[in-house]
Amino acid sequence: MSQNKEIKENHAEDIQHHIKVYVNVFIALAILTVVTVAVSFLDVSFIEAFFIAITVATIKGSLVLSFFMHLLEEKPAVIWILATTMVAFLILMFIPLISLTDQANAW
Amino acid sequence: MSNIPYILEERPDTGMNNSKLGIWIFIASEIMLFGGLFSAYVFLRIAAPEGDFDYWGSKLSVPMATFNTLLLITSSVTMVMSWASLKLQQYDKYKMYLGITILCGLAFLVVKYFEYTGKFHHGIYPSSSTYMGIYFTLTGLHVLHIIGGLLVLVFFFTKQADKMWEQDQELLANRIEITGLYWHFVDLVWIFLFPILYLL
Repeated sequence: MSQNKEIKENHAEDIQHHIKVYVNVFIALAILTVVTVAVSFLDVSFIEAFFIAITVATIKGSLVLSFFMHLLEEKPAVIWILATTMVAFLILMFIPLISLTDQANAW
Repeated sequence: MSNIPYILEERPDTGMNNSKLGIWIFIASEIMLFGGLFSAYVFLRIAAPEGDFDYWGSKLSVPMATFNTLLLITSSVTMVMSWASLKLQQYDKYKMYLGITILCGLAFLVVKYFEYTGKFHHGIYPSSSTYMGIYFTLTGLHVLHIIGGLLVLVFFFTKQADKMWEQDQELLANRIEITGLYWHFVDLVWIFLFPILYLL
């Protein structure tokens, strides 16, 4: 009985620790949102602006995935599902770039 | 309580319950759904006349979208807090956090309504340009996801959730964890939509 109580207390402590992490992640996300908007006002080329915006968005996305969605603690099956999807997603993102070769030929 | 196997208990082969495996596979399919549209955006942007996307993009309201981003981020943290409250057996706090999540989601829709109607009043429609076409398609699909998520969240705010909590606390915590994963994904999509549509 006392062992059960101890497990429950440890579990509660664990959740309390998680809550602190959630609040910190929330603050980080809010700051990064402001950073994204601020950076968009900088006088930089489109390519530079694109890489900055995508990098900040990727950091924000990683925070949501890792902490809010608990991906860091997930089983390998979930990691494999997402990794495979990401490969397919990246292929999808690069397919439109093929059209650049058409444009290069036209030039 | 449930006769369906592996709803709460772990399957030995996957190491997790079917609810969680199911939502992750669903999220994977959603990544590809939005991925197709993101890919279309890249293609349209490459093929667009110079300055076209900048011109139409400048017609969007960055402050409204920034506010909406903050709303969704807030709703994500309150969503995960509602799950944590259930794990700590604090049902009142669960209701409070879930209520805030629902309010944030509704506020997002209200802001989006003003954004859309603002465009329509200025004679800007999806048919106005390729940029507006992809903007309304991407954000419209995202709005549909918000509405779908809100319907589930509202269900878990009703007396049905109270009953579930009385009958099987673990089951409700599991349902909220699964719903939360979907809600965070919707937030994740917006995190990428915001800079791509409004800031670039």
